[in-house]
Amino acid sequence: MKRIVCTIILFILCIFCLSGCHGSKRQELFEIPEEFDTEKQYEITFWAKNDTNLTQVAIYEKAVADFEALYPNINVTLRLYTDYGRIYNDVITNIATGTTPNVCITYPDHIATYLTGDNTVVPLDELMADEKFGLGGSELRFDSPKKDEIIGKYLAEGMIGDKHYAIPFLRSTEACYVNKTFVEKLGFTLPETLTWDFIWEVCEKAVEKDADGNFLVNGQPVLLPCIYKSTDNMMIQVLRQKDADYSTDAGEIGLFNDTTKEFLLELADHTANGEFSTFKISSYPANFLNAGQCIFAIDSTAGATWMGSDAPLIDIAEDRLVKFETEVMTVPQFDTENPTMISQGPSVCVFNKSDDGEVLASWLFAQYLLTNEVQIAYSQTEGYVPVTSKAQKSPEYLDYLAREGEDNDLYYEVKLKATKLALNYTDKTFVTPVFNGSASLRNAAGQLIEEVTKATRRGREVDSAYIDSLYSEMISLHRLDGIGAGSGGKADLGPLPPTAIMLLSLIATAWVFIGINILVQTLKKRKNQGNS
Amino acid sequence: MKKFLAVLMILCMAVSLFACAEKFDPAKKSEGVMSYADYDAAAMDAEVVIEAYVQATQSWWENKITAYLQDPDGAYFCYEMACSEEDAAKLTKGVKIKVTGYKAEWSGEVEIVDAKFEFVESEKWVAEATDVTALLGKDELIKHQNKFVTFKGLTVSKVEYKNGEPGDDIYVTVSKDGAEYSFCVERYLTDPDTAVYKAVGELKEGDVVDIDGFLYWYEGVNTHITNVTKK
Repeated sequence: MKRIVCTIILFILCIFCLSGCHGSKRQELFEIPEEFDTEKQYEITFWAKNDTNLTQVAIYEKAVADFEALYPNINVTLRLYTDYGRIYNDVITNIATGTTPNVCITYPDHIATYLTGDNTVVPLDELMADEKFGLGGSELRFDSPKKDEIIGKYLAEGMIGDKHYAIPFLRSTEACYVNKTFVEKLGFTLPETLTWDFIWEVCEKAVEKDADGNFLVNGQPVLLPCIYKSTDNMMIQVLRQKDADYSTDAGEIGLFNDTTKEFLLELADHTANGEFSTFKISSYPANFLNAGQCIFAIDSTAGATWMGSDAPLIDIAEDRLVKFETEVMTVPQFDTENPTMISQGPSVCVFNKSDDGEVLASWLFAQYLLTNEVQIAYSQTEGYVPVTSKAQKSPEYLDYLAREGEDNDLYYEVKLKATKLALNYTDKTFVTPVFNGSASLRNAAGQLIEEVTKATRRGREVDSAYIDSLYSEMISLHRLDGIGAGSGGKADLGPLPPTAIMLLSLIATAWVFIGINILVQTLKKRKNQGNS
Repeated sequence: MKKFLAVLMILCMAVSLFACAEKFDPAKKSEGVMSYADYDAAAMDAEVVIEAYVQATQSWWENKITAYLQDPDGAYFCYEMACSEEDAAKLTKGVKIKVTGYKAEWSGEVEIVDAKFEFVESEKWVAEATDVTALLGKDELIKHQNKFVTFKGLTVSKVEYKNGEPGDDIYVTVSKDGAEYSFCVERYLTDPDTAVYKAVGELKEGDVVDIDGFLYWYEGVNTHITNVTKK
């Protein structure tokens, strides 16, 4: 009888032990508290990014101050960056030490990497839907947008798998800022939709020089007709426009294909002819554009305040500024009937903490960034668009849009044109699939263009064999051979299925029985030896 | 007599030892290495091989380091050289290195990019600051690009933190003889804990200062400040 009881107890213990081991080191899942404790003091940190623009800094600071006035028991510490890459690196470092910020401006690509930590980033679906503290919630102390007042396309960009891990903060796209004066001087008329063919045709004409070596179009020794700021976006958009592979939703890499190669070889030809360069190689497109040394400057709509002769932000000496008419157009297309362009811009994620109240306080602040006050103020600093229809349709914002060109500051014409482009083409924008490794793939996409451009400028032969070799180098450098469907890092496998628990328990029980048997046999042996 | 001979021999040996010792020449280059004049004459995007002495480095990051180098003939700015964390710790002031990379220009700053380096056995050499105050506003100033320099008697017009608060770069506008110039405290060279970062943060409009730093360029002279002395 004793043996039977012992066996049953051991069997039960085994089941508990085995079940307990699975996921024992995980950070606890966040659960929404029933109430928000207004008596408890919460200290939260907010890591934000600005575009080296002090007005944006002031808006962040005001948002923090206004929020703290509404919730006196929440203290928000702001830490500012001017580079997404630095935020990403700091977050990765702080995940390891358990010192992540509470709220962070980021890109979904980066969140996919953060998610390789256990419950590091809080899924926002339940928080968004919560009656009291969710979007438009009954117990909020501010006028939050309802879920259906966030532009659906932008909200969906924060989804990884079937959960939202980010809410959009602001959105932009890319635009081509054109020196229309030079285009017409060269004998061309801007088409309704810009194409790569048109750009190369103008560039080819633009690089003609006089006997002294100065370019005919600007009379200067320097001209880079086309400069692209973000070459990762350039590659991604070219592939999308050509309906070529980049990656699947599951993370299978398609970037290194023949369409990519064909485009890179074409780009090498134009680089060799002095028609093309990049920000990383030559510097900001805006500086060259404003000095009359660039005709097609391709950059974010969120860089519009730097573009044009009358730009409110200028980085070059006044005596180098050239007067010209600026046109704001969509990025160059291959298919003018179906223009497509990237959707980009900061999103906000909330990091998990052991105190659910602290996470709720973080969520309240993240949500506060979606209020009209913050959305409209921040979007006006650059060619950003608010991510809520609530802000986009507000009389204040509509009035802002209507006053294009009234001055060269808040209503700067080029900025307003860029903003309207981003608004008008929202339906034509796209984002790339997000998975653990998608940030590396994006880097590789941009580096392909950078390397081809540099190699061409350095007189290397850029041919099919060079591209093949470059593909291998990029795959190795960015560790893309280990990425693909099913390699999403530490996946959440959930609890063990009952059959697995049963099987493992049986194996464990068998080992326990074997142990008991050996013990009993040993004791018997000793007893027999003692008797003899 | 024996004593005299012994002393004589010692003296002879000492004299011969001095004669054998090669005098340290900081301008000396290894075989296959460009002189500064050759480097200066090289075309943009050309491959360059130089040897020079580390004067300062920016903070190491992602296996890359940015270094300010100089030899007695000129100075070099090596942007994001490939570098292990272990080697970064050895890139101290005065250490000689051989750099292979490509000459490039970014917003007026002539630099060496996509570079790798190796240590060269040598005595250390540290550049004296060249006084270039008189060259401010003149075309000749750019000939000293990247050198460790000093400016005397500049008047502070504006001090502005890049992010509106301490932590990132500090933009300093100074004037001399009615013209204004933009200088910078580069946080990856002199971070917020350094004396110069704090000293510059405390400067007020109208202060007259002497400034030491590296003659960096960004759309014009944009010295990376390493020391400031308020007069």
